[in-house]
Amino acid sequence: MNAVVPLSTLLDARQVWRGRAHEVSVGDQPTGWCALDAVLPAGGWPEASLSEILLPVDGVGELRLVLPTLARLTQGQRNVVIVSPPYAPCVAGWRQQGVDMRRVEFVDAGEKDVLWATEQCLRSGSCAAVLAWTHHADDRALRRLQVAAVTGQALAFVFRDRSHLSNASPAALRLELEAPPRPQIWVRKCRGGAVPAQAIPLPRSVH
Amino acid sequence: MLIDGPINARTIVSANETARAAGLHVGQRLSAAQALLSQFEAIPYDRESVERWLHFLAAVAYRYSSEVSLLPHAIVLEVSKSMGLFGPWPRLESMLRADFTDLGFRHRMAAAPTAHAAHVLTTVSDGQAVLSVDNLRNALQRVPIAKSRLPANALAALPSMGIRTVGQVLALPRDGLRRRFGAELLASLDRLTGDLPSGLELYRPPDTFDLRIELLHEVENQSALIFPVRRMVDDLAAYLAGRDGGVQRFLLRLEHREGRFTDVPVGLLASERDGALLFEFARGRLEHVTLPEPVLALRLIARDLPAFVPAGRDLFDERPANALPIEQVRERLRARLGDGAVYRLGSTQDPRPERAQREATHDEVPIEPHPRPTWLLPRPIPLRGGEPTILAGPERLETGWWDGGEVCRDYYVIETSLGQEAWAFCAPDEQTGWMIHGWFA
Repeated sequence: MNAVVPLSTLLDARQVWRGRAHEVSVGDQPTGWCALDAVLPAGGWPEASLSEILLPVDGVGELRLVLPTLARLTQGQRNVVIVSPPYAPCVAGWRQQGVDMRRVEFVDAGEKDVLWATEQCLRSGSCAAVLAWTHHADDRALRRLQVAAVTGQALAFVFRDRSHLSNASPAALRLELEAPPRPQIWVRKCRGGAVPAQAIPLPRSVH
Repeated sequence: MLIDGPINARTIVSANETARAAGLHVGQRLSAAQALLSQFEAIPYDRESVERWLHFLAAVAYRYSSEVSLLPHAIVLEVSKSMGLFGPWPRLESMLRADFTDLGFRHRMAAAPTAHAAHVLTTVSDGQAVLSVDNLRNALQRVPIAKSRLPANALAALPSMGIRTVGQVLALPRDGLRRRFGAELLASLDRLTGDLPSGLELYRPPDTFDLRIELLHEVENQSALIFPVRRMVDDLAAYLAGRDGGVQRFLLRLEHREGRFTDVPVGLLASERDGALLFEFARGRLEHVTLPEPVLALRLIARDLPAFVPAGRDLFDERPANALPIEQVRERLRARLGDGAVYRLGSTQDPRPERAQREATHDEVPIEPHPRPTWLLPRPIPLRGGEPTILAGPERLETGWWDGGEVCRDYYVIETSLGQEAWAFCAPDEQTGWMIHGWFA
């Protein structure tokens, strides 16, 4: 048996497929948090993709994380949809962060319809970002959202409980928020780059 | 040859050229025909299917004109406005002909200033185009009475009076005609020449598409179904183009013996109307189906026919192609989740947090200078646990005494013992009995 076969012949004969690292283009969706932008491969949110934000409890800074993005999008006359938020949003607080509330749609959907509504909004192509709070999203459902985000060229944000961290996820970016007293962001997965070893502090809102 | 009538008195409705050459003619008894010609194929005339196909063709023609009407065995389109869009008549005619030929229909076509005149001209010859009212009278002059589609009593009586063309009828004194044949003949003539409006009811395309094809023999292998499915999907695409719509979901029903059937649903992510594309999807689904029994007939049912948004938009539009406007998205969500499920929020002039925001308000309110949370609790909850740290405040709200919703509170930004930032209030000047009203999430 002629065991020694030059690798180049195999490659030239196209019998071996060589995987290639997926190029991540630097996107145009900064998070508004310089420290976070610096470690993310796309220099911000992955464009037209699903980002998953894992929380220990509600109200630990998840809105602080995304409101700069919402402010930027709504001021650019783009629509943003919020699907089944856990509390009522405080309009005055959102406006203080620069969000143009005329461009924000709120959707109250039952647990069964959250994913459907999110997918419809993402797929429509007329929403720049869709934020959804869901308890029962499985891998399959998230994959649908990821595909919908690609189709509609929209940013998808899903807020879930931290207990889902151990499950694999098709999201392009997974962030975990750590509750006070040390509020910080852990990047748990980022497509196209190595996961940073250190957490990024999440500063308090300034009063 | 098509035959129709009660079983003991079948008559010929239509015969092809070979049959006509052998002496068969329309209206002849089937028994007489059998005496003349020993071998011919007689197909029962199916009125329902004729009607169905006429409606189908009207739906196809609807693509070219918004005013489509049905006459017996004919479709009339108002084309004078369509020519602005599709070009002059010869071009429009060739487009129509190409469509009908592709769908496998033989046809005759004529253009005339009135609907009924066009109908009459098609019976005389194919391809006549009379585009002005003056020429219309000339064209009608030579039309034989037998083909003029005038009322039956006139058709029967006029030739025996020596009147053989429509031109001769038009030259007759109207009073005499009315006395002899009644007002109906005059009305028909006036509709022919355009002195009376045609009075046709406009065709409205149906909102669902339902097409059934019976197979000539039992089919046990789905690859043999591909060809009829292709034909059906092409018909669906033609219908959709006429309706300027798309299809998002349709159903292929494979009918077996004794009313049993297998359903093959075809669902699309976005609405489509391209025949080739729809066929690809349908074939993909069909290939995965194992036929439990031989198939006798196929049915294609499409009920979900949303608007079709063609690709390509404004040159500088940032949104992706085939984007659905946000209004339509809202509609779709409302349709499923309820009317109140989709809303926008705006600020009001009222400083009380409970009333500071409202749905669908467009007041121009300046941005609140004092800190406000991002989540608002539906009702304040008492703070539990250890003593909080005050980060900012107090901000006193003392208002509402005039409408029964009086509040007098000192609001603070506090950090709870667990480290969460909260928006809380207490009675004026007290700093105890904290009530949390929102979170700085």
